[in-house]
Amino acid sequence: MLELTDVTKVFKTGTFGGGALTAVSGVTLSIEPGEVVSLIGESGSGKTTIGRMILRLTDLTSGSITFDGSDVTRLEGRALHDYYAKVQGVFQDPFSSFNPVFKVDRVFEMIRGNYLRDLPPDAWNARLRSSLEAVALEPGEILGKFPHQLSGGQLQRVLIARALLLEIRYLVADEIISMLDASTRVDVLNLLGDLKARGLGILFVTHDLSLGNYISDRTMILRRGRVVETGVTAKVFGNPVHPYTRTLVASVPQLHKTWHELDRELQDAPLAKVGAAPGDGLVEVEDGHFVALAQEEATTT
Amino acid sequence: MSLSVDNLRVYYRTLRGDVRALDGATFKVADGEIMGLAGESGCGKTTLGKSLIRLDGRMRLVEGTVELDGVKLPLDDTRAMDEFRFRKVSIVPQYAMSALNPIRKIGRMISELLASRGVSYDETLPELRRRLGLVGLEDEVLDRYPIELSGGMKQRVVMVLSTLLDPSLLIADELTSALDVSTQRAVAEMLVEFRDRGFVRSTIVITHDLSILFQIADTILIMYAGKLMEKGPAALVVDDPLHPYTRLLVGSLPEVGVRYEERRLTGIPGRPPVLLDPPPGCRFRDRCPLASAKCTDEPPMVELVPGRHVACWEAAA
Repeated sequence: MLELTDVTKVFKTGTFGGGALTAVSGVTLSIEPGEVVSLIGESGSGKTTIGRMILRLTDLTSGSITFDGSDVTRLEGRALHDYYAKVQGVFQDPFSSFNPVFKVDRVFEMIRGNYLRDLPPDAWNARLRSSLEAVALEPGEILGKFPHQLSGGQLQRVLIARALLLEIRYLVADEIISMLDASTRVDVLNLLGDLKARGLGILFVTHDLSLGNYISDRTMILRRGRVVETGVTAKVFGNPVHPYTRTLVASVPQLHKTWHELDRELQDAPLAKVGAAPGDGLVEVEDGHFVALAQEEATTT
Repeated sequence: MSLSVDNLRVYYRTLRGDVRALDGATFKVADGEIMGLAGESGCGKTTLGKSLIRLDGRMRLVEGTVELDGVKLPLDDTRAMDEFRFRKVSIVPQYAMSALNPIRKIGRMISELLASRGVSYDETLPELRRRLGLVGLEDEVLDRYPIELSGGMKQRVVMVLSTLLDPSLLIADELTSALDVSTQRAVAEMLVEFRDRGFVRSTIVITHDLSILFQIADTILIMYAGKLMEKGPAALVVDDPLHPYTRLLVGSLPEVGVRYEERRLTGIPGRPPVLLDPPPGCRFRDRCPLASAKCTDEPPMVELVPGRHVACWEAAA
């Protein structure tokens, strides 16, 4: 299990680092194998920072991240190398994830050089083929090509295939759909669903509520680094309690319902009554559905 | 009849030949109509929008005419077009947030732009203030530099600026794509309000996001690989699409309420054709489940029922 406990990240800002910006504040989150958890937030909500901290691309200010009980933040050298064999990330812009000078095969060769040097050529080829197959790519259409010869959707799938070469357990997928065309983005989403069925735990970072709703088991809504509402996806979206979540849900352009119809629906559903908050400021409003107290809202805005 | 486009063809010149980005567009936009122009990347929607106001150096007008309020627009004569720009035809460009001059205060920039059209800033100022107020901006933004404004604020400034001379036609290119959801709604609804108040007569909203168009547009025009596929009332195009491409596209969009476990959506297999030397006939036929031998002939755009146009042999049969 991948567990984040009370994770906080403060960035220094200003020319001499005098200012401070709290990007993530007291976030507690766990991802189980075979589960997709969505992190949803607008720009500046800290969702990307959380993903980066899991991948050790950014340090924590306080709190802890553990992977099967061992502290991720202290891993170094060999141990970190082994951690990356289990936890990998894919990012928003597939075009800038590749070095344009080299063929796309290079990303696979780098994995081989770092992790699978002992694998005989036959076994390596079989594994490469099967991971390309898993992401529905035809090896002949991909291998030996330069990044500019492939579409965004293909490149994004190459990056997922690269992660699958290792027997990874968790994938951080940061806005991996945003740059793709509408007619192909759902295929990449479905791919995440298939990987989940194979036992992979996925942290799906997105600003798009409908994408998060489609694919995830649990959802966490972030605002300015704080958790606003979290829980089982169907409950968070079906019965949004926090005013901010409601604003978000009411602002999403839907395909078969106008904004005015949505406003009316939400008006009719009264805000749930929430009791006093325990330590972490989150209240359980129904089974598996937690919300931050609205009062706290007033102090942060 | 506000805008009338007839068989417009605009190609990009490249060393390897012409890229046929916009290959014969015929449509009309009525007075007061907000027309959504939707399609995937590379379908030619931005090319179409840009053609109506300014052809850049690589774009070549091959044929076609555009009439606005009964006057033919001199699209390929950039000097003559200057008469129309900003006064008659105006644009909110893609990445409008970076369209503002970073070294001018907003007010000074607007005054310079107005001066270039021979309009007095001082006389326009009361109306400018009123409109900034309408979109929720204080007068003091005029004394600010663009860097001091948030993305949503900049987008609103550009909206007010582009429509200050009450153009007949406004082209809004990916107006809301870079905004957060909550700001997105406010800016999108502004477009409708500007039309209702008569600041603009007709609007073309270019976007890849069909759901935004369902919210604010009167009609939707679907493009694919440089061709028009379908045009009709927004709700009908979304709820009951005529063209197979539109049908598959709408079917591939996840929305709130649809979950992977309950209903697995499917994308459209394949890729759009390369527009350097596209094959004859319907450009969607390689990916179309209904394609037949007939589709190697190009299907004409026909008005199937009043107000609903479609370019597909199967849909028209």
